[in-house]
Amino acid sequence: MNLKLTRRGVLAAALAGSISFTAGAAFAQEETIKVGVLHSLSGTMAISETTLKDTMLFLIDEQNKKGGVLGKKLEAVVVDPASDWPLFAEKARELISANKVAAVFGCWTSVSRKSVLPVFEELNNILFYPVQYEGEESQRNVFYTGAAPNQQAIPAVDYLMNEEGVERWVLAGTDYVYPQTTNKILAAYLEAKGVAKEDIMVNYTPFGHSDWQTIVTDIKNFGSTGKKTAVVSTINGDANVPFYKELANQGIKAEDIPVVAFSVGEEELAGLDTAPLVGHLTAWNYFQSVDTPENADFIAKWKAYIKNDKRVTNDPMEAHYIGFNMWVKAVEKAGTTDPDAVIDALVGVSVPNLSGGYSTMMPNHHITKPVLIGEIQADGQMETVWETPGVVVGDEWSDYLADSKDLIADWRAPMNCGNFNTASGKCGGKATN
Amino acid sequence: MQRRVQHCRQSRSLAVLPLLLAFVIAFLAPAHADEAQVRSIITKFGDAKGFPQIEAVVQELGATGDPVVARSLNALSDGVLHVRKADKQIFILEERGGLRVLDPLSGEAVADAGVARDYTKIRVNNGLRRTIRGVLGSLTLSASDPNARMRAADTLFQTPDPDAIETLDGAIAGESVPAVKMRLQQARAAAVLQSDLPDAQKEEAIALLGGMGDRAALSLLNGFAANAQGDLKSAAEGAADRINTTLAAWDMAQNVWFGLSLGSVLLLAAIGLAITFGVMGVINMAHGEMVMLGAYTTFAVQEAIRAGAPGLFDWSLLIAAPTAFLVAGAVGLAMERGIIRFLYGRPLETLLATWGVSLILQQAVRTIFGPNNREVGNPSWMSGSFELGQLAITWNRLWIVVFALAVFAVLLFVFNRTSWGLHMRAVTQNRRMAASMGIRTPWVDAFTFALGSGIAGIAGVALSQIGNVSPNLGQSYIIDSFMVVVFGGVGNLWGTLVGAMSLGVLNKFLEPYAGAVLGKILVLVLIILFIQKRPRGLFALKGRAVEA
Repeated sequence: MNLKLTRRGVLAAALAGSISFTAGAAFAQEETIKVGVLHSLSGTMAISETTLKDTMLFLIDEQNKKGGVLGKKLEAVVVDPASDWPLFAEKARELISANKVAAVFGCWTSVSRKSVLPVFEELNNILFYPVQYEGEESQRNVFYTGAAPNQQAIPAVDYLMNEEGVERWVLAGTDYVYPQTTNKILAAYLEAKGVAKEDIMVNYTPFGHSDWQTIVTDIKNFGSTGKKTAVVSTINGDANVPFYKELANQGIKAEDIPVVAFSVGEEELAGLDTAPLVGHLTAWNYFQSVDTPENADFIAKWKAYIKNDKRVTNDPMEAHYIGFNMWVKAVEKAGTTDPDAVIDALVGVSVPNLSGGYSTMMPNHHITKPVLIGEIQADGQMETVWETPGVVVGDEWSDYLADSKDLIADWRAPMNCGNFNTASGKCGGKATN
Repeated sequence: MQRRVQHCRQSRSLAVLPLLLAFVIAFLAPAHADEAQVRSIITKFGDAKGFPQIEAVVQELGATGDPVVARSLNALSDGVLHVRKADKQIFILEERGGLRVLDPLSGEAVADAGVARDYTKIRVNNGLRRTIRGVLGSLTLSASDPNARMRAADTLFQTPDPDAIETLDGAIAGESVPAVKMRLQQARAAAVLQSDLPDAQKEEAIALLGGMGDRAALSLLNGFAANAQGDLKSAAEGAADRINTTLAAWDMAQNVWFGLSLGSVLLLAAIGLAITFGVMGVINMAHGEMVMLGAYTTFAVQEAIRAGAPGLFDWSLLIAAPTAFLVAGAVGLAMERGIIRFLYGRPLETLLATWGVSLILQQAVRTIFGPNNREVGNPSWMSGSFELGQLAITWNRLWIVVFALAVFAVLLFVFNRTSWGLHMRAVTQNRRMAASMGIRTPWVDAFTFALGSGIAGIAGVALSQIGNVSPNLGQSYIIDSFMVVVFGGVGNLWGTLVGAMSLGVLNKFLEPYAGAVLGKILVLVLIILFIQKRPRGLFALKGRAVEA
């Protein structure tokens, strides 16, 4: 390399140095708290996760308008793990080690969450996970703001059984951990309720399955025995559109065989003509159609922020809303962003949710939420047809599975354990990962 | 919650009573309740809280036996019946091009409509819709429209009730349309099985239901056989067995149809690749993205039609097909001229470059249209299904089979019967010889690639009708496309056809036994084994072309 110094070069270097110095000083004056956003912006999951990234930017923007946290502005650090599960772990490490974020909001699929768990444990940071999941997990560094199975699947099945008189069940799902665990819990629950084995049909399909002719015909035949039949769908993501199209085309009406879905929300329905689907059900903890002042305010501000009047809101967005406000409140309570202090402060924090009540962080790091059952409307929105009278506490270890029914989680001292076995009285009844 | 549940159950079991009453009144006493009475019942919707109370009002309306209530019940079922907040009066709201407020009985527009915010929608759920369907079914048994009578007969068949036999007898005697009469007799037979009428009548009913041969009849017969004794039991079981035998044959036919339908989807996805990869030898990883571009073109065309000329919506696909061909073809042409022509004979670099292009196209579409699914509507002629014996054939699948075969035929014609096709074959078989004969080989390459891409775009139009339209659309078809082309034999269009159809049928015959996941794996394993045995696929090219 040429090291010859010219006069002009020295001048330029000096100038550059002085600029960077002043910039650094300006930066120091306004110290920020960094918040990590770990959602896929490309690849398969971008379809769902991009909205959550926008939601986080929106929430951080709103908080900064109110003056930030602890007198400091918040700064979002957005990374793109590109729907690549190992990359989630790398990006999480980058956020915590290189960017020194105070907390991370992110992940969608269970496999991405499992991939980052060791990183959060090792580097001792906080993850807010906003999506409904299969349960059977409780980690010190993770706060689960989405629904556990007892906050979504089980109330939905109860609704169908009691209000629609369903006696025969099709459990249809995509072939991965969330549907399989949920269906295992549901099958155990249904059998405990006296449903015969031959009245339960379980069916799995690959990711992105697009040819539903055979399965929809099977469902039709399964439902033609005279007993009231319903489909409990844990079909994920892209596969839903061809599934519902096939249902509509084969003339399966919600009055005859209703489908209750756990992964279909306002976002997913935005890509579908919902007129033939009216009456099919979804179970969530929030619908855009919920009629409360908090929700109206949230939707109006969201549409203004995103500058698009047609954008919808959905359940995982509300989960981030709750999780973010909980984190803000806990940081203010602890007076610091130090993860250990915030983790302790988070338990017991209670913030308003968008459906008119309060959600509280429980010692098992799951939150309390109401459960809503909605029917799909012709405009792509859900209309609540049933809801739990109060909020439901998230149950991390299912009571209906043999190897988890004795386990509880409590991250407060002195127990401080994510899998305490009440039968043996010891922590570590079952590996959490 | 518990109390509500019980209440609901009670009201359901009680539901039979007024329904029955409705039958009798509707049929025996055509003298209708006066309008004022009906109106006063409809007004009760204004105070009904919760579904059980709304259901009670529906039952009360049904009990009047007056067909005039059908309008308001249909409106309730469609979710357009509203309560005016100010005075709790009931109206039907129509929001097609401006708000129209209609009277629930006469259907005439009300003068001072106000705005939609002045009204609250009366909520409806599946249970209520079922109740409404039942109530309307009994009310319309004497309607003048044969379709309405058919629907009424269907409802009665689905809810067999011995007490309705008398009503049905009357309706059968007065029915003039043979199809409706047949359905009424079937409904009667279903009811007879549950009644305490003499055995001879039941045997007749069993014979009639056995003749229907479908699953509904099968479940009725099975249900009856479970509780019957002696001759009747064996007669019902015999009839059920016969239905089972015919249904097994129909199942076979159904699997073949599903297989052909899946095969035609595979064919559409693969046929463009059969040109770019099969004929030209370019490993085109961006093939799926050409399909995606076609699907997005359909979306754009439909949006334009929705905005500009909604009346043309049923024609949207016919407009989208040539547009998609041009869009994807143009992108293909640009790709060939810009990238691929520098990489002929270097398969690995081509693979990487086209893969890069596929990522660029995906992200471009994601940036322009957003990462979410876009809604592509089905024109009316592609919605619904029809029955062929015991087969339910959906229109969209049928049209896609027809469309795939048509595209195949056109392509075959272009290749074998036009001078352009001749040039294409000449260039791909012996480039230097073709060049010395005066063919401009670079342009033939470019247009062949554009043709393959354009065909992929057309496939996107068809595939948008059955699946997602999202930036990931292409990725879900790329593996299948390569599978079909390699299996069918590289360089042979017929191979692609036979390959696609046989993979489709194989998949659909495996699926009922192995499940969708294992079925797909089994197909892949079988293909691997097959390729071991015949590395050049089903229809291998022979002769000098192979060495080129």
